[in-house]
Order: sequence, then structure tokens, then C-alpha cells
Amino acid sequence: MLRIISNIGRYSGMMWLVFSKPQKFKMFWKRFLDEIQLIGIESFPIVMLMSVFMGGVISLQTAANMDLPYLPAYTIGYITRSSTILEFSPTIISLILAGKVGSNVSSEIGMMRVTEQIDALEIMGVNSLNYLVLPKITAAVVFFPLLVTFSIGLSLVGGWLALLGSGLSSTDNYVFGLRSFFKVSDIIYALSKSVVFAYLIVSISSFYGYYTKGGAIDVGRSSTKAVVNSSVAILIANFFITQMFLLK
Amino acid sequence: MIEVKGVSKKFGEHLVLDNVSTNFEKGKVNLIIGSSGQGKSVLAKCIVGLHSVSSGQILYNGVDFCSMNEDAMRDIRKQIGMLFQGAALFDSMTVEENIAFPLQMFTKFTSGEQKKQVDYCLERVNLSGKNKLYPAECSGGMQKRVAIARAIVMNPNYLFCDEPNSGLDPKTSILIDELIKEITYDFKTTTIVITHDMNSVIEIGDNITFMHQGRNWWSGTKEEIIKTTNQEVIDFVYASKFMKQIKGKLNEI
Repeated sequence: MLRIISNIGRYSGMMWLVFSKPQKFKMFWKRFLDEIQLIGIESFPIVMLMSVFMGGVISLQTAANMDLPYLPAYTIGYITRSSTILEFSPTIISLILAGKVGSNVSSEIGMMRVTEQIDALEIMGVNSLNYLVLPKITAAVVFFPLLVTFSIGLSLVGGWLALLGSGLSSTDNYVFGLRSFFKVSDIIYALSKSVVFAYLIVSISSFYGYYTKGGAIDVGRSSTKAVVNSSVAILIANFFITQMFLLK
Repeated sequence: MIEVKGVSKKFGEHLVLDNVSTNFEKGKVNLIIGSSGQGKSVLAKCIVGLHSVSSGQILYNGVDFCSMNEDAMRDIRKQIGMLFQGAALFDSMTVEENIAFPLQMFTKFTSGEQKKQVDYCLERVNLSGKNKLYPAECSGGMQKRVAIARAIVMNPNYLFCDEPNSGLDPKTSILIDELIKEITYDFKTTTIVITHDMNSVIEIGDNITFMHQGRNWWSGTKEEIIKTTNQEVIDFVYASKFMKQIKGKLNEI
């Protein structure tokens, strides 16, 4: 318990330094673009693959479980859309990205710590946390909503392709379901979640990377802790955000 | 000049530095020597602010570094160049980018001016033309020389070298020692070198601080260390066969 409180204290102190003004904006911008590439653009393939199959599975599961004759045919499209927007794309994709991005961020910063590159930055007079972590957090917060939007679109396409292949529903019914009872607030909810999750993944992973002590084995341990703890944080935050947005 | 006054450092209950006081003079190579685990690196890290001290003062030209806030500390650090034991080059950057990094961060130099300064530093460390190599493509000795070039690119007032010769062959070690000496005298830096290497002590040591059991056990010049009667210093200095032979020759003379 004491360790958790001490970690929260250290994490808050770290964030204070992360969110100070960049020492040189040109350098921040250069790093921000690098991180957009690393955290954002390079995540497209995995998001694409996951989303198509996720959408396919949701629509097939829904179709296979529609035993009641009085349920309208468009229900498949409606449920696929709702569960994709509300939960699957923002949460499941974020959990996947916690593995991909979280381990990458933690091991990169951890390796810099154990090879004294962070000490070298500090000795030069650079605020190492601001220089290393702020561009990562900014890039993730900017790009995760794009990835989630992309994921929602592909997931719905995946659902349609699965239905088309299995013949469990028609395109018209599916599209009608997608358009039924649509609320813009659902999209706002999904994108808000993705922003919070992006922040949690990168900040928690940076925290474990930055405070790595030891050698290569410890970098691996930090990376594991980063993925596990950011995943747990996502699930807890998901619960509270859902309460805040949907049950108000 | 850097003055260390009564510095102690504890990690938990473990006392690593015990009331250390010493001075490091400007324009001279000041060595911190001693066996492993005696507090040399911890002392150096306290001096540059990577570790906070438990008690005592560290004065940079008379100003207490330990009581400064983070921003003021960063201003002092901009005057420090440091050569780390493992070179600590940024592995995602080329040699040129590594050396130019402090210039990009803290100066308004144009890219042409940066290039000129980088080329000058590379020339100083005999690595002209190696601008585009990545650290992974450089040998250990080259990495150390690139790190020296990065350390001097901002014309520092203070130069710290943490075991600059570790893992290097004797010829490259001598080259690195000569570089440190040249830079110290040319730039008039206050240079602090942490080393185990007795060859470095003889070659470049202007002032020597011998650390033992976390204390400043002995201080003096390289001439004085050869003649010292302090048993702990004798055990350290004449630990190798080579140094024992030198001592034998000196006694014969």
C-alpha cells in the first residue's frame, strides 16, 4: 500500500515536470512528428487488422444469437454499431495499443535510463521528462482519436463483410441498423475515452521506463509493469467515464 | 573552481559519503581515485546534481549548488560537459546530431554555424569526416571521443569524466588522456576525472583526491602520491606488478 502511495506521489511529481513549457519549441515539434510516426502511423496496421475481425465477430455473434422472431432484422447493424462505438473500438483497441505502444515507450525510455542517456540530458541542462515524455503524450492524445475513428469505420466494414460472406443478413438491413437511433454523443464519448486512454498508456509507461533501475532485465520488467498497469488503468478509467457520460 | 564542503550522502541507512571536503581547481585535471565502491562516482553525481546530498555544500565559484532550485541548477549544468563511462550517446542520432544537440537546444546558431562547430569538435578528437555514423557503427574508443566532442561543444567551464579509459586498449586510453589534458589547458576548464587507471594518474593528474571508505582519505599531486607513506594509498597505487616494478626502480635511484 505504501508503495502504491509513493508511486502515485512520484507519478504526480513527474507529470509536473513533463507539463512544463518546452525549452525549445523547434525541438519539441521535431520530436512530436517523430512520435506521431512511431506511436500513431505505425499503429495503423494492427488497428486495421484487429478492427476488421472484431467487427466481423460482433456481427456474426449478434446474428447467431438472434433467436427471437420479433427482433427486427436491422438489430444486427444496430448492435454492431453501438458496441463498436461505445466499447470495442475505444477500449479494446486501447488495450491492444497499451501492449504495443506501452511496451515501446517504456523500453525506449528505460533503455535510455540504464545507458545513462537520460543522465546525459540532465547534465546538459535539459528537462529530460519534458523533452522525452511530452511529445509522446501529445502525439498519443492527438492520434489515438484518429486511430479509434479509423477502427470504428473498419469494424463496421468488417461486420458487413462477415454478414455478406455468411448470408445471415442483407446489406440493406445492416446499413439501416447502422443508421438507426444514432447519437452524436456516442462518438464524443468514444473519442473522449480514447484521449483519456492515450494519456494513461503513455504517461504510465513513461513513468515505469523513466524510473527503471539496473540493466536489461529490469528494462524488461518495467515494460511488463507498464503494460499491465496501463491496462488496469484503462479498465478502471473506462468504468468511471461510462458512469460519467452514459449514466448522468 | 568547485569546492566540496563536508558532503555526506546516505542511501537509506547506508552512508556512502562521509563528510567529504575537497577543492577542484580551474584549468587543472583533478582526479578522484580509489577502489570500487568507495564513493567516487556518487561524489561526482552529487557534484553535478544527479544525486542530492544528505548534508554539506557544493560551491561552484562560491555559489551553493545544493540549495538552488531546479531552473538555477539547469543553468549551472549548461556550463558542464560530461563524459560518461559508457559514452551515453543518443543511439537514435548520428555522430553529428549527437554533438550538435546542445547547440540546437540552447543556442540560436544557424545550421551552418552548428556544422562549423561540430566539425571543429570532431577535428579536436581526431574524428573528422565521421559525421554521419551512428553510435552503433563506432568502436568503444570512437564513442568516447564523440562523447568528448559533445561535452566540449558548448565550451564548458567544467568537464567531468567518469572512468574515461574503462574498456579501452592502452593506446586509445593514452589518446583519451591526452585529449582530456589538452581540452583542460586550452579551454581552462575545471576538469574532474574519476579513474582507477594509475597510468592516467601519472599522465594527467594535476590534483588527486583518494577516496576510501566514503571519505577523502588523501589529497595531493602526482609527485606526492608516488612518495606517500599512507598505507591505503600505497596499497591502491602499487597494486599492479607494473607499478611495483616502477617503485623498485625508484627505490634503486
